[in-house]
Amino acid sequence: MELLLFGIAKDIVGESVIDLSDKDCLPTSVAELKKLLAAAYPDFSKLSSLAIAVNSEYADDDVVLDKDDEIAIIPPVSGG
Amino acid sequence: MEHIVVEIVDEIDTSQVFTDLSHAHSGGICIFVGTVREFTQNEEVVSLEFETYEKMALKEMNKIASDATAKWNLNKVVIRHAVGAKQVEEPVVIVGASSAHRDACFEACRYLIDTLKETVPIWKKEIFKNKTVWVSAHP
Repeated sequence: MELLLFGIAKDIVGESVIDLSDKDCLPTSVAELKKLLAAAYPDFSKLSSLAIAVNSEYADDDVVLDKDDEIAIIPPVSGG
Repeated sequence: MEHIVVEIVDEIDTSQVFTDLSHAHSGGICIFVGTVREFTQNEEVVSLEFETYEKMALKEMNKIASDATAKWNLNKVVIRHAVGAKQVEEPVVIVGASSAHRDACFEACRYLIDTLKETVPIWKKEIFKNKTVWVSAHP
């Protein structure tokens, strides 16, 4: 399971991709993933918002994650 | 029948959009161009840097364009955003619509840019002389 990182999320983690494949227990939902991220990287809680995209669509907390999903961390967007 | 152009590009050619939106059944074209402003809260901006999650950005831009054609009677819609480093006065985003009468394209144009800013995964970093800031990242 890989997480893609963009914008300030990439700066917080220091990488553009996090590989979770070698973790014992992978997050099974978006809510679990958010908890895991908040614990590992406290700076995420300082952001105005934090969304998760699953297979390039915004995903609510109850969306179930599969190991083959493309998951992205979406910090506050600022296009335009 | 409507035509939609949605693109992420390195450079925006502002002269292209008229051709993109021109349509025999349209009596009006409305275009918004977003550009790099020199000052943010009295601080001088050296440049902006844009990055995107392109696959998702294109999906979201397509949704916005489709929604606009459902809300208004439009003949053509364009949403084009640039990525990479942009200097003061350079265009970074261009959106527009064409329609039989002007009300529809004026309203749609505002919807296109306002919604893009809310939902499309594109991130802007302001480069100042002695710091860099990801825009809107913090409350």
